[in-house]
Amino acid sequence: MTWEQVRRTVIGRALSVGVAVGLYGISFGALATTSGLSVVQTCTLSVLTFTGGSQFALIGVLAAGGSAVTGTLTALLLGARNSLYALRLAPTLQVTGGRRLLAAHLVIDESTAMAIGQDDDRAARLAFWSTGLSVFVFWNLATVLGALGATALGDPKKFGLDAAVGAAFLGLLWPRLRDRSSWVIAVVGAAVALTFTPLLSPGIPVLVAGFVAVVVALRLPTTALPLGGTG
Amino acid sequence: MIWFAVLGTSVGCYLQKILGLSIPQRYLAAPRIQTVVGVIPIALLSALTAVQVFGHGQSLVVDARAAGLVFAFVALLLRAPFVVVVVGAAAVAAGLRAMGAGA
Repeated sequence: MTWEQVRRTVIGRALSVGVAVGLYGISFGALATTSGLSVVQTCTLSVLTFTGGSQFALIGVLAAGGSAVTGTLTALLLGARNSLYALRLAPTLQVTGGRRLLAAHLVIDESTAMAIGQDDDRAARLAFWSTGLSVFVFWNLATVLGALGATALGDPKKFGLDAAVGAAFLGLLWPRLRDRSSWVIAVVGAAVALTFTPLLSPGIPVLVAGFVAVVVALRLPTTALPLGGTG
Repeated sequence: MIWFAVLGTSVGCYLQKILGLSIPQRYLAAPRIQTVVGVIPIALLSALTAVQVFGHGQSLVVDARAAGLVFAFVALLLRAPFVVVVVGAAAVAAGLRAMGAGA
């Protein structure tokens, strides 16, 4: 393929990934406002945090009655994978100064997966930037739409939006369930969280589940870093 | 308090990203760290799903949300897109409640 063809393919894919992620964004905006965030807080989170899994985690903990500190800790634990993504991308991106500060913000599942999927560094850089920017634009537009839409709807329970939060978490989890050990980890996580729910303050059981799962995982045969999830 | 969480999460998540772009490659490359970082999202998302569906404060209940989760599970098995999974689960729960079941 000529560079022009590569360029078109990469940018086309970046746009379609952005549109697809926009659908998550609408859900996020709607669910965040029904979890007690204002429209401004919801949109601030999408602009500044810009990593879907962590954003969903934060609103999930807050919705369940967890504290701001517990919610933040859960979100940061989920965001830790972005450090590994960035580490993996650093030699390809070769960014310094202001560009590095900007690139960092765009390090998410989608931009990483798209960059890693390219044959050479030039295409990888284009894939990273175009996917990152495309997702950023669609994610934030969708967040505004979802937040305003849900606010207009009124009573969230009547529309089953509390059930939608659980479905959204399962949807985020799904692409990571690739092998036996990931299923084991998922089952352990859920079981531990439910076991501790009656005993600990809301939000804490989820953190305990993460801790127990790590201990279990270090005893299982190799678990690879799952790439290409969502958020 | 919510603003604390919004800004704390934003600052923290950004630092995690810039950290990876800034430190030498040899850090974080250890297989055990890769395992830990790979496992955490699976455990947390699964735990969050369970608590979100069955938790009610500090008690556990099975209500219309559980039916929503069953729908979501089947929809994901059938490779339905995310929006169908989420909206469908909401519709199932809302429908059950409208019929007076599983408040």
